[in-house]
Amino acid sequence: MNAFILLEIYVFVLACFAGFQLISKVPPTLHTPLMSGSNAISGITILGAMYVAKVSAEAPFGASTIFGMLACALAMINVVGGFAVTERMMRMFKKKD
Amino acid sequence: MNLLTATMQLKWNESLAEFGFIASVIMFMLAIMRMSKVKTARSGNWLAAGAMALAVISQFVEEGQINPVFIIVGIVVGAAVGAFLAWRVQMTQMPEMVALLNGFGGLSSMFVGLASYFQYMETGARGTLASLPAVGAFTGVNLMLTVIVGGLTFTGSVIAFLKLSEKIRGVPILLPARHAINVALGLLALGLSALAVWAVSNSVLGVLLLVLVGLLALAMGITLVLAIGGGDMPVVISLLNSYSGIAGALAGFTINSPVLIVSGSLVGASGIILTMIMCKAMNRSLANVMFGGFGAAETGEKKKDEYKNVKSCDVEEAALVLADAQSCIVVPGYGMAVAQAQHAVRELADQLSKRGCTVRYAVHPVAGRMPGHMNVLLAEANVPYDQLFEMDAINNDFKNTDVAIVIGANDVVNPAAKDNKASPLYGMPVLNVEEARSVFVIKRSLGAGFAGVKNELFEKDNVRMLYADGRKACEDLIKALKEA
Repeated sequence: MNAFILLEIYVFVLACFAGFQLISKVPPTLHTPLMSGSNAISGITILGAMYVAKVSAEAPFGASTIFGMLACALAMINVVGGFAVTERMMRMFKKKD
Repeated sequence: MNLLTATMQLKWNESLAEFGFIASVIMFMLAIMRMSKVKTARSGNWLAAGAMALAVISQFVEEGQINPVFIIVGIVVGAAVGAFLAWRVQMTQMPEMVALLNGFGGLSSMFVGLASYFQYMETGARGTLASLPAVGAFTGVNLMLTVIVGGLTFTGSVIAFLKLSEKIRGVPILLPARHAINVALGLLALGLSALAVWAVSNSVLGVLLLVLVGLLALAMGITLVLAIGGGDMPVVISLLNSYSGIAGALAGFTINSPVLIVSGSLVGASGIILTMIMCKAMNRSLANVMFGGFGAAETGEKKKDEYKNVKSCDVEEAALVLADAQSCIVVPGYGMAVAQAQHAVRELADQLSKRGCTVRYAVHPVAGRMPGHMNVLLAEANVPYDQLFEMDAINNDFKNTDVAIVIGANDVVNPAAKDNKASPLYGMPVLNVEEARSVFVIKRSLGAGFAGVKNELFEKDNVRMLYADGRKACEDLIKALKEA
């Protein structure tokens, strides 16, 4: 086992705890926007897609490039669609003045 | 960050990118904190979008001198499609939209897993980079788990999308011995994954195994979600949302990107929490929801559940009672979304307030098809959110209320959940609508709710059924009230 991987597991565990703490306080009114917002955040996998889709001296064009490109597009649908839908919902939450 | 460079000095562009990633992780955390309050929620969403943009830019900086054509084409096409979908979707279609978007995220993670496998295969063949077995079993396992979790998130979300948009029927579809099938699929996928990692240097065998694992993962998503009824879809969506986060975190382990691990696990945790909140609201365990079949067993004996002494009324009669009411509680359900009645409901409430009646809304935690569904629809119709009450906050007030109007809700107002031990709903917390002086139930027919259970509310003495389309009924009531 590599020390870097161990460090990553620490990061994973701590982030899970942080996630539980941050989200357990959200009121039901906001459950839908929270869900669609966090759904958009799950599009962060775009970074992985960019990593595998790049073409450089060390990583020549290949099957991975094509899958990476498709992954970029799919993740981006998730990201842009998710944030836009959340914004549309949030715009409606207002108090009557 | 590349595993092989982790112990080395980073180049200047990589160091810069790492600071960008750290900043975006902080922004994601702050964004989620802001999303927990109505006042700051909107800015929280923008902050999260900004964090995402920063992360993408940082990734470009880190990758340095590359040919970015494929990445840019992917990003532009995806952004355009995403924007188009978000712009076109109707508020009532939000649950299926979220399911569909989630599916795309899952498929993306699956493709990242596939692409990394190909990358190891290609680089391994040329000997420029460590091949997969040399990098370690951990990375290999991760990579294959990314493919599996991503794949089942995709097909599971698509099935949820089809069920929610009623393109396929919402009733649970139960395959014989489905538990055995699911376990077998899972074990087979894991076993073949191990072989695929081992065979990464043999391209024919490797690709074959990879394709098989992918297909098994896709099949698992289908068999798991088909067995779950339409009424349980809110739980399924939030669980699948959690899976797509986990798939992202796994992809982060595969390419050694801490920012992916952190954001992925934040989403994973948030999905799990929402799932648990909803299961608690239905007084059922997560296992009970996920193993599916709820509501399917009862269909055979539905004939026995004939209604007796159900009293119906017309709009004029209802309007007369409403005209004198001092207090009124509206109980919305999924039927309101189907009938697109939210605007009509708000106008009816306005009309009642004008006559001096206080109107409030009682929102059950699992009303609708996704968590918070009713809140979103009523907000769309400009209902101020301080008129919306959660179940626990308003349940004791029904007994002091003149009129309760149930529109499109069914299982969440079924008193059988409180006093009939034989009911499948028994134990689920429900709204005490029957305690109001009079109750009007606006419904198209006496059909059963998602759970397929008879609603004993409809037989109570103070309950009147108003058989009509939800929107039409509200509009007619407004008209009748104006004349009264």
